Parts: sequence; structure tokens; C-alpha cells
Amino acid sequence: MFVKNALRAATALTLVTAGSASAESLTIAIVNNGHMINMQKVAEAYTAETGIDLNWVSLEEGVLREQVTSDTATGGGQYDIINIGMQEAPIWGAAGWIEPLNFSDAYDVEDLLPAMRAGLSHEGTLYAAPFYGESSMVMYRKDLADAAGVTIRDNDSWWNVKEAAAAMHDPDNGVYGACLRGKPGWGDNAAFITTIANSFGARWFDEEMRPDLDSVAWNAAINFYVDLLGNYGPPGSEGNSFNEILALYNEDKCGLWIDATIAASFLENPNVAYAQSPNAGNPVGANWLWAWAFAIPAGSPNADEAQKFIEWATSKDYVKAVGNHPEFGWGSVPTGQRASTYDIPEFKAVAKFADAEMAAIDSAAPGATDLKPYVGVQFVAIPEFPQIGVIMGQEMAAALTGAKTVEEALAASQEAADSIMREAGYYE
Amino acid sequence: MAIVAKSSKFGKYGRPTLAWIVGLLFFFPIFWMVLTSFKTDADAVKPEHLIWFTPTLENYLNMTENYDYWRFAKNSVITAVMATLFTLFVGIPAAYAMAFNPSRATKDVLMWMLSTKMLPAAAVLYPMTFLTKSVGLFDTKFLIVMVLSLINLPIVIWMLFTYFKEIPKDIIEAGKMDGVNTWGEIKEILIPLAWGGIASTALLCFIFCWNEAYWTVRLTTTDAATLSKLIEGNRAPEGLFFGRLSAVSAAAVGPIVVLGWFCQKQLVQGLTFGAVK
Repeated sequence: MFVKNALRAATALTLVTAGSASAESLTIAIVNNGHMINMQKVAEAYTAETGIDLNWVSLEEGVLREQVTSDTATGGGQYDIINIGMQEAPIWGAAGWIEPLNFSDAYDVEDLLPAMRAGLSHEGTLYAAPFYGESSMVMYRKDLADAAGVTIRDNDSWWNVKEAAAAMHDPDNGVYGACLRGKPGWGDNAAFITTIANSFGARWFDEEMRPDLDSVAWNAAINFYVDLLGNYGPPGSEGNSFNEILALYNEDKCGLWIDATIAASFLENPNVAYAQSPNAGNPVGANWLWAWAFAIPAGSPNADEAQKFIEWATSKDYVKAVGNHPEFGWGSVPTGQRASTYDIPEFKAVAKFADAEMAAIDSAAPGATDLKPYVGVQFVAIPEFPQIGVIMGQEMAAALTGAKTVEEALAASQEAADSIMREAGYYE
Repeated sequence: MAIVAKSSKFGKYGRPTLAWIVGLLFFFPIFWMVLTSFKTDADAVKPEHLIWFTPTLENYLNMTENYDYWRFAKNSVITAVMATLFTLFVGIPAAYAMAFNPSRATKDVLMWMLSTKMLPAAAVLYPMTFLTKSVGLFDTKFLIVMVLSLINLPIVIWMLFTYFKEIPKDIIEAGKMDGVNTWGEIKEILIPLAWGGIASTALLCFIFCWNEAYWTVRLTTTDAATLSKLIEGNRAPEGLFFGRLSAVSAAAVGPIVVLGWFCQKQLVQGLTFGAVK
């Protein structure tokens, strides 16, 4: 009797909790940002036209990476389309975890910005289509700079930028010269610090992929960063990343901010001016390159439909659909993706930052060079990098707060990176 | 005498004041979240609109129209209710056995059950993902019910064990003398006698199930996604969408706060039962 009742209960439980599946739908894992939120609305037209239901699974960036990685590495099946970044695309493409993308002629692949195509490809094959892209640039308060009698030029030297920050720094009135990322994380302070290091001629790894964090160039870059942010940054900078600084900037508390170009579309003070990222006299500037892109997991049973959706979502027509949408308009179109977007007069009329953004993206080179033997600008496109970047970010935050000296923080980062790379089998 | 007078004055005014201060401190984040949920995203980060602003329902409308709030809410209700029932279904007989028929191993078994709570969840994330996908249970409500049940089973058994130990063994023995079988002892004697304890245990279990976020976020995609996943999905690394995040969070914790308000007496009893003995 008891067994019978238990079986009845189990059956009832299964029936009550059973879900339903639909063959005419696509499940899309997305990161939560403004462009993706808008897309869910704009894509209602896609569903109306094709009859394909779209199931959006919006996730925080870290959780998205975790879940998509576990799904993709186990043969997929949960998602038909996934949002991935520039760090994952070449690695996952090489591993066969995501499908190569083949678009029709009407899609005009050549219109995708060359830097984006390069960063999302592996050995010349495009594995992810950029939905929006970004570089980094200087955003500063023109009124404060004018009042202080300083100017910030495109590709200015770091030392001039520091002088400008010092001149605008007025903590008594709640204005801090330089607001920069200090929060630990490979996509937070480590990303920004890597761009400074690049501009100082530093690199993460040498030709044998041995960490190079104990070099003179790294030491100079980090000393400069700690000096700039420590002396002219807001208090508690070790807790600041994009959102925290955006809030500070919109409260008129920052003289200058060097960060993602997408920030320009959120800035409210009309006195904002833009400049290309600084450098330290080397050929490489301190700007980064990033894209959120759509890819198809190798296990997706709906790969053909997924490819069609990606073609629509990253097309020129989609940009126009957002621009002409009654709820959004031209100020909300995804940027950093297609060259043709920057030719649209309606977009240029509302996006004052467009030219600066385009120039910043164009000048970023994600490919391997003589200076750095790896793919990536503010990251390294190897699976071990997130772990190394997190440790390094924590060490840099310790240097910023004074808990460690710059030399100690770099030595600890070098040691951790060496251990991880050795364990991963890059060298013995 | 002076000391007594001072002490009673503190008891009359000081203690309630202190309790109110502590209560308000704990409640402040909830209040702030609800307040922010009625602001636009732009107003939510402007210091001049910290207290004074034009309230809007925009975030709540957006949540129900664009984020399918009711689907997530339905899943939360189903999984939390079913998991609570299943946990009690297993927990009551287990606690009964240990309370009224203890063996030499009972204490060790109880400690072992508690020790399973000490394992970091992240340690078994990947095995859980692989296993549940390979047997086709990933993103099913059945899986979430099972996971929530197993997570909360040790706490539930411990709480019920504590309540059952308070019931005189003689009453159960008397039932046995009257020819009542084991199921009858639980159904006819134990449950009516320990009803208050079982109810407060069930309430706490339901709250834990409702609030669980680690597994419900990671073992679901769409079909079994709960309100935890809806909140998680509204965190944005680039962009200050605090108005809509607050609305989603307020709507997710709202039902449980209301439930807790109405059942606070039972909850306090459940939480402090072991401690006051």
C-alpha cells in the first residue's frame, strides 16, 4: 500500500512539474545590457514574420559564461544561440564548440568592422557575429578642462593626461581628476590595466607563452596607474568598475574617465568631450576591443534557424529597425559593429561620439604581433586567462590600496601566472 | 533599588527602542529597494531624486509585459510548494524514527546529514550539470523540486527531530499498546501533537526553497526558471538599470515577505525553538 501511494505521489509530482517543449522556437542566452533588452522588443517583428518563438534567457555576465561554457562543453542542447564575447569566440571556434557562420551575400560580411571580424574569427573563419562592439577612449569634462587651462588631445601622452587630471582634481568640491577602473576582475581592472601596460610596451606572455609580468615595462605601467588613480581618483576606487564610475560621472564627480566607448551613450552632462586613448610613446595605444556576439553551439538541433536569426539580428536592416522603432530611435542602435551604421545621417546626428568610437575601434588590433605573440588586446585569448586575470586584478587592487607595493603585486601575479601556465602544459 | 529601577526603565523604553532600531536597520534595504522600484532608471541614480521623485509604475509594467514575470512566479510557487511537501513527506518519518526509536548511530546520522550542508555547492556544479543533462532532467521542475528537497532535508529533519523529542514517548507507546501501526502513530498521534512545529518547519523550508538561487539559476534555462533567475538576468554590467532591477527584486521577494509577516509568530518559534530550551 505504501509503495503504491509512493508511486502515485511520484507520478503526480512528475506530471505537475513536467514542462513542454516547442520545436518551432529558439532559445537564446543573452547578457543583460541595453541593446539586448531592446532586441527582445524589436524581435517581435521577427516572430511575426517567421512564426519562430524566441525564448530569451537573460543572465548576468559571469553566470552566462559559466552556464554557456558548461552547456557548450557538454555538447550543447540547452541553447540554440549564445551570447559570447571576443575572449571566447576564437577559443571555442578552435575547439569546435561553436559552428562556423556562413552568411548570404545580402548580409555583407565585409561591412562588419575589420577589427571585429578579426577578433571573432579563428584562422580566418568567422565563428560569431558581432551584435555590438566597443573600444575605449577618454571621456572628459570640457568645461572643467577649460577652466583649469588644460587640453586633452587624441592619443595624448599619459603624462599630459595625468597633468590634466591633476589640474581638474578638486576633491574639496567633490570633483576627482581621473575615474578609472579599480575593482578586481579580469573584465574589470585587469582589462583597463592591460591597455595601459600595452601602451607602455608590456605584454602578458613572451614567445614561449611564459608570463612577462616581471618586466620593466609592466613595472612602469603599474606604477603610473597606481600614481594616477591613487592621487587623482575618487576614494574607494578599488571598488569601482564601469557602473560605479558611470554613476560618479553622471553626478559630475569625474574630470576624466577612460573606459568603454559605449559609456558615451549613457553620459548626461552636455560638456563631455572625447579623445582617443593615451599612449606612452610606443606604437600601441591604450584602447581595447570588445564585442558581444551571437554564436551557435555545435550541439544545437536548430542550427539552420539559428543562423537565419543571427543573420537578421546583426544585419543592416536590424540597425534600421531599431532606429525607426517608436520606442527606441537612432540613439539606441547597436554600434561598433558595422561600418555602414556610421554613414547613416540620422545616427550621426544624435551620436556625437560616433566618429571617436569608430576611430578607437579601427585602431585596435586584436591579432598577434611582433610585440605580443597572442590574440587579444585587453585579454589573452587562451582558456587560462580569466583565472590569471582575476588573480592579477586582485593583486593590482592590493597595490592600489597600498596593501602591497607594486613590485610585490607584480611578483605575486607573475608567480601565479607561471604556475597556471606550467600546469596547463604550455611549458615544463 | 536604584539598579532595579534603572534596569526596569531600560526594559520599558530602552529594549523596545533598540529593537526598533535593529528592525529598521534590517528593513531599510527592503524599503530602499521598493522605493527605487518606483523610480525611472535615470532617477534611481540621481542624488537629487533620492527621496523626492515622481513615482512611476513603468518598471512593473515593463516587468510583466517584457519579462514574463508570471511564468517565473508560477515556477517558483510550484517548485517551492512541491519541494516543501516532498521534504516533509520524507523528513517526518525520518525524524520520527530518530526521535522515538534512536539507535547508537542516530547522533552520527544527524551530524552526517548536517555535514552535507558544509560541502560548497560549486564543487558539484559540473557533475550535476553533466548528470542531469545526460538523463534529460536539466531544466525540469522535477529536478528543481528534487534539488530543493535534498538541500533542505537536513535542516528539516533536524528541526522536526527537535520538536518530536519534546513529545513524551509514553504517548506513542500508549498508541502502540492500542494496536496502532507505525503509519497510524505518525498520522493519528504525532502529526496532531507536533502540528505547530511541523507548520513552522514547513514555512521555513518554503522560504529557503523560494530564495534558493545557486541551483535554480544554474540548472534551468526557460521551462523551470524561477524568480531567482529573473533577478539574476536583470543584473547589468554596463548600464545603470537599478529601477527595473529593484522592481523585479521587489516582486520576487514580495510574496515571501507578506507570507513571513503573517506567519512571523510561527517563524520565530521555529527559529528559536532549539535555542530557548
